Amino acid sequence: MTDKVLMRGTHVIAESAIRSGCRFYAGYPITPQNELPEYMAEAMMAIDNATFIQAESEIAAVNMVLGASMAGARAMTSSSSPGISLKQEGISFLAAQELPAVIVNCMRGGPGLGNIAPSQGDYFQATRGGGHGDYRSIVLAPATGQELADFTARAFDLADRYRSPVVLLIDGMMGQMMEPVVPPEFMDEADIPYRNWILDGARGRPSRIIKSLILDPAKEEEHNWKLYRKYENITKELQITEAYQIDDARLVVMAYGTAARIAKGAIKRVREIGLKVGLLRPLTLWPFPARAVEDASRFVKEFLVFEMNTGQMVEDVRLALKHRSEVHFYGRPGGVVSTPDEIAKVITSLYYRLHLEEEQ
Amino acid sequence: MKKTIFAGFGGQGVLMMGYVFAVAAMRDGLEVTYLPSYGAEMRGGTANCTVVVSDEEIFSPVASSPDYAVIMNKPSLLRYENLMKQGGVMFLNSSVIDRTPVRDDLHNVPIPANDIARKLGLDRVTNMIMLGAFVAKTRLTSLESIMNGLQESVKGKSETVMKLNRKALDRGADYVLKGTPP
Repeated sequence: MTDKVLMRGTHVIAESAIRSGCRFYAGYPITPQNELPEYMAEAMMAIDNATFIQAESEIAAVNMVLGASMAGARAMTSSSSPGISLKQEGISFLAAQELPAVIVNCMRGGPGLGNIAPSQGDYFQATRGGGHGDYRSIVLAPATGQELADFTARAFDLADRYRSPVVLLIDGMMGQMMEPVVPPEFMDEADIPYRNWILDGARGRPSRIIKSLILDPAKEEEHNWKLYRKYENITKELQITEAYQIDDARLVVMAYGTAARIAKGAIKRVREIGLKVGLLRPLTLWPFPARAVEDASRFVKEFLVFEMNTGQMVEDVRLALKHRSEVHFYGRPGGVVSTPDEIAKVITSLYYRLHLEEEQ
Repeated sequence: MKKTIFAGFGGQGVLMMGYVFAVAAMRDGLEVTYLPSYGAEMRGGTANCTVVVSDEEIFSPVASSPDYAVIMNKPSLLRYENLMKQGGVMFLNSSVIDRTPVRDDLHNVPIPANDIARKLGLDRVTNMIMLGAFVAKTRLTSLESIMNGLQESVKGKSETVMKLNRKALDRGADYVLKGTPP
């Protein structure tokens, strides 16, 4: 067994990306994710066929990733909220041209320049596509150091399998926090599945064209339906959740990432005083795990969504529940990190207000 | 589950203390989270980190009410005293902190860390003296594990430096356990 190492989140992602065959990284500095490109710069120096570029801007960085992906490299970029906004055009082009890429968003307080504290304000942007046009990106929301490692490796596989950009949505705290991690195995580059679409020179074969300009509306429509069918498949195949103590729960808290860890700590506290509360944590934000929410609604009538924003994922929870259960919301936007005590108080007061302690 | 805050001026080795402790606890087989303060930190500014150790899964890495605090300067005492868990223990660098906490439910362990360090001839080991005292009192890990953690964290340091660190850890431990004067 590989030994555990104590690593900060940004370093875990960088090391895991390299081990998963990432051979191209381009980015532009922004706090709180600078340790990621810093690590990449050093680690990629030691690899013969790896390229690290500190680009002149976020827009340049994402377009370099697009080019590298076209040429067949496993490619990644990373940034934090304002920088991710700048990358949206490139992400739309990646989606349109069905190019795999991994994009790390280490979210910070916003909107605008905001601050550098942990936040979850970019949920809408990440899960609704973010850029222009009718597309989606796969959005993964790891919450522990080990999940960062596992999901980084998985992100590259998913990007390749679905030929789609994959967003790793974390926040400033997860980027800075250190936890013991067993990094993924080094991937043999020969094991990366053969891709029959990359642009690697047309000598001896018909030429290939990768573009997003489709002037004929009928053809663009068909392209949109083709993407849509792909998104339908992803929605069927890729809904990941963690359920914690929901079997006998009368109230289910839904939260992801850092908020989920805090909620879990709060649930542990309220369980000690006998409240029947559980946690349903989405690990995929798009596709949203609607099936698991629907299943839970068969026996839980009250849901509490906790986010580090003013209420974004709560809309997906409502859509999934279709009014079968009540949805309550508690949010702390702007980079404020709640404590488990605070969330325990919120849960407790809601629990008694709804009379959930009474015999049912 | 035990939560500890390490706090002081930037440059006092506060993050290093927390990191070495976290590595040691991890090697002991415990679950660990290490959360540094981040942002526009600089030498002379304040720095802190929170280390949680537990024998089960750790949920929140934020210390809402820490069990222990290792406080290297006065501003940090003012900042963290009110956060402490009832009955918590504060390890205070009494060489530079000239007041005692106002709360009377806390246990205070004063350690004249700068004075002890000066006797050893090297101001830079102040943090290791505090860490030695902290480990000796809390027994969250052992001095041996701390030395291993240190070895792992500062690869390439000379034998002499490691010996000095060991001495500093021992002096801190001796001070709180046996009252060995600086």
